[in-house]
Amino acid sequence: MKQADVVIVGAGPGGIAAATAAAQHGRSVILLDDNPAAGGQIWRDGVEAPGHRRDDEESAARTQALQRLETCGATLLFGYRVFDAAPSTLYALREATGDDNVIAIRYRNLVLATGARERFLPFPGWTVPGVFGAGGLQALVKGGFPVHGKRIVVAGSGPLLLAVAAHLQEYGAQIVCVAEQAPFSRLASFAFALRSHPAKIRQGLRYRRTLRKTPYRTGCWPVSAFADEKTGVLRAVELTNSAKSWKEECDLIACGFHLVPNTELASMLGCALRNDFVDVDENQRTSVANIYCAGEPTGIAGLDAALLQGEIAGHSCAGQPAKALRSRNRAEKIFAARLQRTFQLRPELRSLAKPETIVCRCEDVRYQSLAARTSWTDAKLQTRCGMGPCQGRICGPATEMLFGWKMNSIRPPLFPVSVNAFCLSNAQQDLTQENA
Amino acid sequence: MPDVVTVWVNGVAMQIAPRSMVSAALLTAGIPCRKSETGEPRTALCGMGICFECRATVNGVPHSRTCQLICRDGMIVETER
Amino acid sequence: MKSFDVLIVGAGIVGCACAKECAEAKLRVGLVETNTPGSGATGAGMGHLVVMDDSPAQLALTHYSRSRWQQLMPQLPPAVEYESRGTLWVATDDEEMGEVHAKHHTYSAAGVVAEILNASQLAKEEPNLRSGLAGGLLVADDGVIYPPAAAVFFLERAQALGATYLPGTGVVSASRGELRLADGTALHGERIVLATGTNCALLPSLPIKSRKGHLLITDRYPGFLHHQLVELGYLKSAHKVQADSVAFNIQPRRTGQILIGSSRQYGNVDPATDSFMIEHMLERAALYMPALRKLFVLRAWTGFRASTPDNLPIIGPAVALNDDKSLWLAVGFEGLGITNAPGAARLLVDQMLNRTPEIDTAPYLPRSTANHEYSHA
Repeated sequence: MKQADVVIVGAGPGGIAAATAAAQHGRSVILLDDNPAAGGQIWRDGVEAPGHRRDDEESAARTQALQRLETCGATLLFGYRVFDAAPSTLYALREATGDDNVIAIRYRNLVLATGARERFLPFPGWTVPGVFGAGGLQALVKGGFPVHGKRIVVAGSGPLLLAVAAHLQEYGAQIVCVAEQAPFSRLASFAFALRSHPAKIRQGLRYRRTLRKTPYRTGCWPVSAFADEKTGVLRAVELTNSAKSWKEECDLIACGFHLVPNTELASMLGCALRNDFVDVDENQRTSVANIYCAGEPTGIAGLDAALLQGEIAGHSCAGQPAKALRSRNRAEKIFAARLQRTFQLRPELRSLAKPETIVCRCEDVRYQSLAARTSWTDAKLQTRCGMGPCQGRICGPATEMLFGWKMNSIRPPLFPVSVNAFCLSNAQQDLTQENA
Repeated sequence: MPDVVTVWVNGVAMQIAPRSMVSAALLTAGIPCRKSETGEPRTALCGMGICFECRATVNGVPHSRTCQLICRDGMIVETER
Repeated sequence: MKSFDVLIVGAGIVGCACAKECAEAKLRVGLVETNTPGSGATGAGMGHLVVMDDSPAQLALTHYSRSRWQQLMPQLPPAVEYESRGTLWVATDDEEMGEVHAKHHTYSAAGVVAEILNASQLAKEEPNLRSGLAGGLLVADDGVIYPPAAAVFFLERAQALGATYLPGTGVVSASRGELRLADGTALHGERIVLATGTNCALLPSLPIKSRKGHLLITDRYPGFLHHQLVELGYLKSAHKVQADSVAFNIQPRRTGQILIGSSRQYGNVDPATDSFMIEHMLERAALYMPALRKLFVLRAWTGFRASTPDNLPIIGPAVALNDDKSLWLAVGFEGLGITNAPGAARLLVDQMLNRTPEIDTAPYLPRSTANHEYSHA
């Protein structure tokens, strides 16, 4: 059993900022993450690109934040994934093969910085090996997947696409094009609105410079991915801008349609959601008195918002609300709203899937089996869509876009764990109740 | 820190950079991680331990997510085929 | 106002089976459901087709209904996943082996094929069971199905024969041939069948108590488990009326996933899972099969069984409980709703049309609570 004044779940920028801020006030802090090191997605640790520049603004901010984390006195628990919870207690599993190391972590205050995941939308050929998420491919490359010399089409939606394309290029990949489904008009007004966020403009310009030779096609989305009939290897993707369609030859596709907040743990703990995001006040406090939430689960707003909100949450936990940061936070919320409007998904994306296109990858449930169902629960019972190990995290956002269904009922285990580990977490809860 | 780590993938030794994930070994070798319920070859998709497409049997443990598993010297990886 | 020969409330497996039987008997049927087919206990349970010998009446009904399932088997679509996995009752010691012999005698006398296994035969049948068990009883013709798909199969058959399905609306009252729906409309039925599971709102005098159960499902491990396994103490657990209890009961699905159960609790209507029950249920299962500990759990959930004071379902005219001649009942199936659905449906329609039933319907007739108070174990 471990315990701390402040426990933080997620060591991305939001969690790092929260840990550093709370520790500043002398509070005992535990920071957990299921990855082997801090950084989350955007600051993911791993194999660096050979030509990577460490002196640019963003790298410097990252290095500084990680250094402060190392020295702030927080206990860092890496490789731990939270799968169960009881009042004021989390249960996490050390993720290593065959290891059932379950720990209970008691908290006085909890900060959820669980980030976001990509939204996947099904289209013919999306299950062919070689088709990855956009952030997904970036993470895999950081994990050592070599892409030097590979021709990559980056497609889908969101500012993430540019970041991914620029990073992949640094690893020596040849970015064929970036296909963004949002129309040019919306993107242009978004770029114009960035004038009040100079740091974001500079970041955008850095990507522009890296990708100056890469076509950035707006109002454009994937229709189908093609594999070689004999080898099964991906060879091309068909793109469309509704006026015309064309094929781009490629070795890999990095495709994701913006982001979906990871609100499962918050929901399980009883935090109220608003418009599918965790509802927080200006101190980043949720509807549960000692639970705070920072970053993407409260609204998709990117790196700066996560850092700011994490800091606010850290100070709030320590009983020292950071009033001075509130106006910047309000500005970030406006940015978040703008992001949402800009990268709204166009209705054509609902019609990409053909009757035989797989929608639920865990169970191989095809579009035609789902079309006749009336709700998420009905689909689950009759087709097993969402009943696989991903627990609906991949197919849930897709079926919401396709059919308007909302997922419901989050129950432990939050992630698949062994019978032994689940037995342990439940046993520890009983022990706690007995001793209460 | 060794220069390379050796992992065994379906009985064949592979050299991989230290700190690489098991998924990188499989992707480099072009070996799909698993077969879907209707027999399609599948490999990693989300890269962050959520989609479960990157599962393989590692050191005898089935359903191990390879995208968040660091390669260790002598690791034995078996994929569904 | 729409008029039917039979109006059925509840599209669980029992209600859907009744709709099919009524439609096959050329009755004009209406089936009303608030949510979606099989979304209650039907979708929460294990899908076990088992001959249960806890009483002669239960033995007769489950045997009869299991043979109805066997007759249906060729028509069932793949989604129903019918498999004759057999049930293996597991004995841990000589005393339980004595019970195995007694069970074998009871089944054989009733014409149910059952085979006694000694310790080494048991180990051969299920290598993942722990060593040191005494033996077991294999009832080879017991089966496993996927109940929500079976409910939809029955429903679609009924509709093909002219039944009307009225989903998405709740029922406010059922009385004297009139069903009032939540949207204000009224339906007329010469007979109204309540197949409403644990919901007694339409007839509060029903002697039904809800019993919460937990289940877990694992990832796919093809070949790990061959038969449905049940400990001999299962029936003791099923008959406890006050105390919470767990009993070892696991089932292989066609997907290769393992369903792990079972638990029973009274007086708890909260659908949230209970850590106490999960812990004890898993510990009990691991006692019999330690290898379960390493399997990955994908999901845990709860469901509610409808139990009656004497552990027998209620199938027939409601007239003993209520003087409304239009009301019929098909409720109180506890953990045997899946097994007993087709048999109960046939018995119900036999009674409606004065056909001679294949088994005696007397033990299941609606009976007043005055004679059958819940006994305290």
